[in-house]
Amino acid sequence: MSAQVVIVDYGVGNLFNVRRALALLGYDAVISRDPAEVARAPRVLLPGVGAFEAGMDHLRRYGLSEAVKDAARSGRPVLGICLGMQLLLSESEENGTHRGLDLVPGRVRRFTTPSPEGPVYKIPQIGWNALEHTASSRDWSGTVLDGLPERSFMYFVHSYRVVPADPGVVLASTRYGQDEFCSVLKRDNISGCQFHPERSGEYGLKILENFVTGKS
Amino acid sequence: MVLSKPSNVRVIPRLDIKGPNLVKGIQFDGNRVLGTPEAFAEIYYREGADELIFYDIVASLYQRNTLLEYIRKTAEKIFIPLTVVGGIRSVEDVREILRAGADKVGINTAAIENPELLREASRTFGSQCIVSCIEYWPHSDGTCEAWVDYGRQLTGVNAYDWARRAVDLGAGEIFLTSIRQEGMGTGYDVDFVRKVAEAVPVPVIACGGAGKKEDFLKVIREGRADAVSAASCFHYYYATPPGDDRPWMSFEEPRLRMGEDIDSGNIDFLKEGYGGYRDIQTDRIGLPALKSYLSEQGVPVRPTAASTKIYTAIEGKI
Repeated sequence: MSAQVVIVDYGVGNLFNVRRALALLGYDAVISRDPAEVARAPRVLLPGVGAFEAGMDHLRRYGLSEAVKDAARSGRPVLGICLGMQLLLSESEENGTHRGLDLVPGRVRRFTTPSPEGPVYKIPQIGWNALEHTASSRDWSGTVLDGLPERSFMYFVHSYRVVPADPGVVLASTRYGQDEFCSVLKRDNISGCQFHPERSGEYGLKILENFVTGKS
Repeated sequence: MVLSKPSNVRVIPRLDIKGPNLVKGIQFDGNRVLGTPEAFAEIYYREGADELIFYDIVASLYQRNTLLEYIRKTAEKIFIPLTVVGGIRSVEDVREILRAGADKVGINTAAIENPELLREASRTFGSQCIVSCIEYWPHSDGTCEAWVDYGRQLTGVNAYDWARRAVDLGAGEIFLTSIRQEGMGTGYDVDFVRKVAEAVPVPVIACGGAGKKEDFLKVIREGRADAVSAASCFHYYYATPPGDDRPWMSFEEPRLRMGEDIDSGNIDFLKEGYGGYRDIQTDRIGLPALKSYLSEQGVPVRPTAASTKIYTAIEGKI
């Protein structure tokens, strides 16, 4: 039997905990850097931590950039996690301007720097934070957030956030410092989570479960 | 103008591990066995811990981390971030620990000996998974000296300067432990935590000295800690049989141990107490109670009750 999920291995980040979480839920996932396997995967999970530019360089080097795009264009579900979510956007301003996969029009921007007279907060955000409904997304059923109550807490580690051109793709937003940012996005068959569902307790596991069972 | 939202403070149990056992001492000394790390880790996950720290307390001495097996076992059932500390001496060591399932590694001894290790490790894996562990002794003149090898070796290194340098080298967090306060339950070293927290742009985890709920509040409010770590108050809360409200101080008490039957080694020294202290120095504090308290005091934390048994769909699998 072929795997239900292909986890894209482009040389950055810890892929094993995502696979462990899926295994616990009873799903078969393979870690792969074979473009053909990624392009024909029933579901593609794009994880990743670290810098945007290095992430894109690695994806291109292994021929995975086109493979992920092919899978996305075919209508099969794609889920980006953390840096993997940011790579779905058109471009990032992290250390210069860099092109992304452009599957979701928009930019990746740094958190607003704290002002000297304002309250203190640190960049990166490291820790738990809550998912909120947005004006265009009051109902999460049928999405990766299916069944989660509003203000579910998730584990975040990031200095940059995605700003989609179309606010309608923002499935959940989260507040940090002075910013209210897109913490979950959904555009057709493409979803993204800025946090780490594999490290966010049972709410996080529920998101992975939703992704594999087709609620995405 | 947009009002800034205060960051949520993390509550992080620290598990000191020696061989197969979870241990706890005072000022890094006189370690008593309390049970197995697996048993405690699972309880902490269920009770709403925001992260866990696994600390191999003899690793530095033997120059290797012996926790790989625990990390693998833990990573299979615990889905919160896990930081592993102890005996990490090279980029290869970091890789091995992360592959086993850890999310971050904490480095103390090897980084003091070779600061470039922090740079190499953070370049290779990203700053987000490299934690600079700083263990120090506050001197009477107000300076703090970094110690290594789990409090066995003095270094002469100024802990404040080292914290700033560690961040420049690429550390993504500072895990700060005052050895003088550690296990004493007399409160955190609030002044030094604040000094470091205000000097570095990355989160600071305060550790050492928590004895009462108010101590946590104080190091968050006055010390500006981004996260709070503790061991004794959590361990003794969960290791004590429910309903047992005896004035408790029996160092020989076998029921203060959890998990499978384990060899607790020679505990005769406990009959004399720890260096003259005849009582465990801390209150016993459960994680939900602590978080409720912090929340009532206006400190934003991730709620805990929701962490257990939420979804019938996945309940049977966990």
